[in-house]
Amino acid sequence: MKWIDYATPHSVREAVDVLSEAGGRARVMAGGTDLLVALRAGVYDIDLVVDGKNIPELNEITYDPTNGLTLGAAVPCYKIYGNQAVATAYPGLIDAASLIGGTQIQGRASLGGNLCNATPSADSIPPMIALNGTANIAGPNGNRQVAIEDFCTGVRQNALGSDEILVSLHLPAPVANSGANYIRFIPRNEMDIAVAGAGVSVVLDNGDIKEARVSLASVAPTPLFVQEAGDAIAGKPANDETVRIASGIARDAARPITDMRGTIEFRQHLCEVLTRRALNTAIERAKENN
Amino acid sequence: MATTRDYEPNVVLSNQDYNVVGTRPLRPDGADKVTGRALYGADFAAAGLLSGSVLRSPHAHARIKSIDTSKAEALDGVRAVVTSADFPQGGEGPVVWQRDNVLASDKALYRGHAIAAVAAASPHIAEEAVSLIDVDYEVLTPVTDVQSSMKGDAPILHDSLMTDELGEKADKASNVASHFQHVKGDVKAGFKEADVVIEREFTTKTVHQGYIEPQAATALWNNDGRLHIWCSTQGSFAARDACAKILDIPVSQIRVVPLEIGGGFGGKIDVYLEPVAALLSKKTGTPVKLVMSRADVLQGTGPTPGSYAKIKIGAKKDGTITAAHAYLAMEAGAYPGSPVGAGAMCVLAPYDLENALVDGYDVVVNKPKTAAYRAPGAPNAAFAGEQVIDEVAKAIGMDPIDFRMKNAAKEGTRQVHGPTFPRVGYEEVLEAMKSHPHYNAPLDGPNQGRGVAVGFWFNIGFDSACNIAVNADGTVTLQEGSTDIGGTRASIAMQAAEVLTLPYEKVHPTVVDTDTIGFTAVTGGSRTTFATGWAAYEAAQDVRTKMIDRAAQIWEVDADTVELEDAVFKSKSDPELSMTFAELAGQLGRSGGGITGTAAVSPSGVGGAFAGNIVDVEVDPETGKTEILRFTVVQDAGKAIHPSYVEGQMQGGAVQGIGWALNEEYYMSDSGTMDNVSLLDYRMPTSLDLPMIDTVIVEVANPGHPYGVRGVGEAPIIPPTPAIANAIENAIGTRLFALPMNPAAVAKAVMDK
Ligand SMILES: Cc1cc2nc3c(=O)[nH]c(=O)nc-3n(C[C@H](O)[C@H](O)[C@H](O)COP(=O)(O)OP(=O)(O)OC[C@H]3O[C@@H](n4cnc5c(N)ncnc54)[C@H](O)[C@@H]3O)c2cc1C
Repeated sequence: MKWIDYATPHSVREAVDVLSEAGGRARVMAGGTDLLVALRAGVYDIDLVVDGKNIPELNEITYDPTNGLTLGAAVPCYKIYGNQAVATAYPGLIDAASLIGGTQIQGRASLGGNLCNATPSADSIPPMIALNGTANIAGPNGNRQVAIEDFCTGVRQNALGSDEILVSLHLPAPVANSGANYIRFIPRNEMDIAVAGAGVSVVLDNGDIKEARVSLASVAPTPLFVQEAGDAIAGKPANDETVRIASGIARDAARPITDMRGTIEFRQHLCEVLTRRALNTAIERAKENN
Repeated sequence: MATTRDYEPNVVLSNQDYNVVGTRPLRPDGADKVTGRALYGADFAAAGLLSGSVLRSPHAHARIKSIDTSKAEALDGVRAVVTSADFPQGGEGPVVWQRDNVLASDKALYRGHAIAAVAAASPHIAEEAVSLIDVDYEVLTPVTDVQSSMKGDAPILHDSLMTDELGEKADKASNVASHFQHVKGDVKAGFKEADVVIEREFTTKTVHQGYIEPQAATALWNNDGRLHIWCSTQGSFAARDACAKILDIPVSQIRVVPLEIGGGFGGKIDVYLEPVAALLSKKTGTPVKLVMSRADVLQGTGPTPGSYAKIKIGAKKDGTITAAHAYLAMEAGAYPGSPVGAGAMCVLAPYDLENALVDGYDVVVNKPKTAAYRAPGAPNAAFAGEQVIDEVAKAIGMDPIDFRMKNAAKEGTRQVHGPTFPRVGYEEVLEAMKSHPHYNAPLDGPNQGRGVAVGFWFNIGFDSACNIAVNADGTVTLQEGSTDIGGTRASIAMQAAEVLTLPYEKVHPTVVDTDTIGFTAVTGGSRTTFATGWAAYEAAQDVRTKMIDRAAQIWEVDADTVELEDAVFKSKSDPELSMTFAELAGQLGRSGGGITGTAAVSPSGVGGAFAGNIVDVEVDPETGKTEILRFTVVQDAGKAIHPSYVEGQMQGGAVQGIGWALNEEYYMSDSGTMDNVSLLDYRMPTSLDLPMIDTVIVEVANPGHPYGVRGVGEAPIIPPTPAIANAIENAIGTRLFALPMNPAAVAKAVMDK
């Protein structure tokens, strides 16, 4: 491993300047739980690490029941699930924040980092897609917003330009009778990468599904938003048959590969099982949330 | 009728008590280890130390046409580059294989095979230099599993390797290094007598020992010609002797200093880095350190083999086994020497058989040369054999423990490969299993299942030495040559303390280097507490005799009238004459000089060990994930010198067996490379994947040891894979014949049912 410089900008403006200057040979660091591992493994050839921990906007959590949640891109998981208001409003997000890595990792790992890292298996991306999240990005030409489902563009590739930084994530306020859930399948009980994962959200209306969103992990080059699965059950009663329709669509939408973590057949099969189980939990949660 | 005994989670079924032996004192190395002060292989430092790095083959099978090191040598900060050409050449067979495994000469035989090495001023320079070495490879087709490698059209690894077919050398190159047989009785006739005959085929994947400390070695080839090596090893003398062979120098020219070892399980017996660091030090004249990464460990050091087995067992309706045939083929890795021989000795060992046949095949493949891993070969064999036993028991409607009891090997049973069992504790192990509350508790819930299985390991003796010196304050220091992987400093010191009637705390054990103690064989084969413990027993007897003589001399009485009891010397003839051990120790200098005891032993009375498991699982039929709900290990330890460390071995063996059963495997790509070269994807169980593992130590004394010790380190890894397979079968109603029984495999078995 070679010598790498380290910068600690104190504002978004300063960070963008440093990134622009580095001309693509820099990476932002939030918790570093991906970045440091990747640098040691020689995944990136860079000259500069830009620490996001001193930039206020990257480290704040703001929530109110009208405007929803704005989550600084570098806020670690433990602060997210430790925030009572956020934990109550977004149990589907907490599912992911509390299962990334383990206790030590959650002390550093951020959802911004999880998103920017852009692996197909990233646990927080499917629930953020299911919860209609957006990414707030800053660059030399100002700010822009990108829907979470459009943020990842390939394995470890994202929509950011080399001079841009992810500032925060935004989730709309939860509506009444809504519920969400994220579950993944791993062979061990911890310290593992999702063989497949399903993040879902539902809004109920008098026992019917008013709206649903389904997203899958680890079964395509990017986290997969399966819009058709949610659309197909909108207006249908929230029962087993309806859930099976959506989970069948999720299975058919999955485009996995066979690798050391699972075969194509097993991952497709898991998409059905996980989507079904996640939808059942989300419906239960929605019933309790009125 | 099963009678349930009242067991605590961990029990010792003892029938003989001692003062120190059988107690649970603190380990002498504990404080250094928990405070992080202990020096492991990679912690060693020396003035002028250079960092080394090893270039490894990216190909699983390739001819090395040329190696150009000039660019690496020209890099600033590089002090030396070595290749296999720097080793003394010549020889044939095992020494060439051993040398080629350390640095490849004409062929790279597995991905990760070491090709060249660099010594430089810093690890970064060394790494960069390695990337500047140009190797011209002719890439060849690899073969990475035992069944493919045995086929006639398989790519050949060694042009000079001809099969040893039942003692006859074949005349054509082959990947099958040898085929041997053990025969007893007449299996054909035996199968004819059977009411039920079951034959099944099984496969297992290559798995790694998974010790947490990667290999590390530092060498200094001093100006006086002596080679000093500091390393993490299971056998300092084994490392010394292997280096002497590879470097073609006398053993006395080498001194190996063993550092603390972060696990080995058999995988730290062979040398990898030591001879290479020695070459680099010879060229540079300074100490050179080499440290492996986790990927190096997985790709470049000994795994235990993947294997194929076919087992056929016949039994009468009354439960008598009439015949058994075991066909075992195991991967040797890149060079001959798989553990199939040991597997063949163990596969049918628990059974008293009239008619049996074992075929064994040792087969080379393009994977790292296999190394020992706890009871090498036996778990692969048991995964197959113990499942067929389970199936036969079910087919004739007999309880699987009763079926084993009916056919149990015991004192006097002749094993298929020849030797007759001395006193063994197998029936006692089965009794403890049958009466354990775990075996008699109901399962609660659907998709749950229970399985049992047993395993045998023969254990070994070999040479050990021990020195003991008496200190003026009444303590003794004890020096031994067995590197301590499992608490053996304590278990050896305890045996000396027992003889000297001293409290354990008065014996200070140290593991010393090869210049300081007599030859001591590896910490392996479950031999250390047995054999080095025996050396300590003898050395302590030596001290005891000399101390008694000295007391007699001081008192001017006959030595045979003096006795030592509870650390007090007394005269049988004169009750006034009495002196504590410490009082006498304080007078040694004035009464004729200090006292030391010494012993070098090679005990033959090795006691084999049987272990059994009872396992409860719950399977998620949709995801195929198996949860271990309850796990009980029962094992005959002979005598548990330190029961906590025996329990640790039993629990550790169970944990490794659980990993082997459920997830661990070398996941090989088509090009013959291992994809999962990290502990993230090479899935050993974490604490969250395991229940508390309960233990029952059965003590049926080994008549061949002063305290009855049998080895305990290996037997516990044998029964887990079949016990879990039998439990999964019980849970889902269908059997798995391949390891690992990972979620994908179990889910498929449920769907295919
Ligand atoms: C032991 C262990 C277990 C793990 N387990 C899991 C798991 O269960 N599930 C899971 O999904 N992941 C897991 N991970 C991966 C990792 O912890 C997560 O992806 C985590 O969320 C990353 O967050 P971070 O803050 O540490 O990111 P960092 O490592 O700091 O950054 C990750 C990537 O995003 C970029 N980046 C970070 N912040 C910004 C920003 N503001 N703007 C632009 N780019 C940015 C970085 O340059 C880097 O490429 C694990 C990692 C380890 C080491």
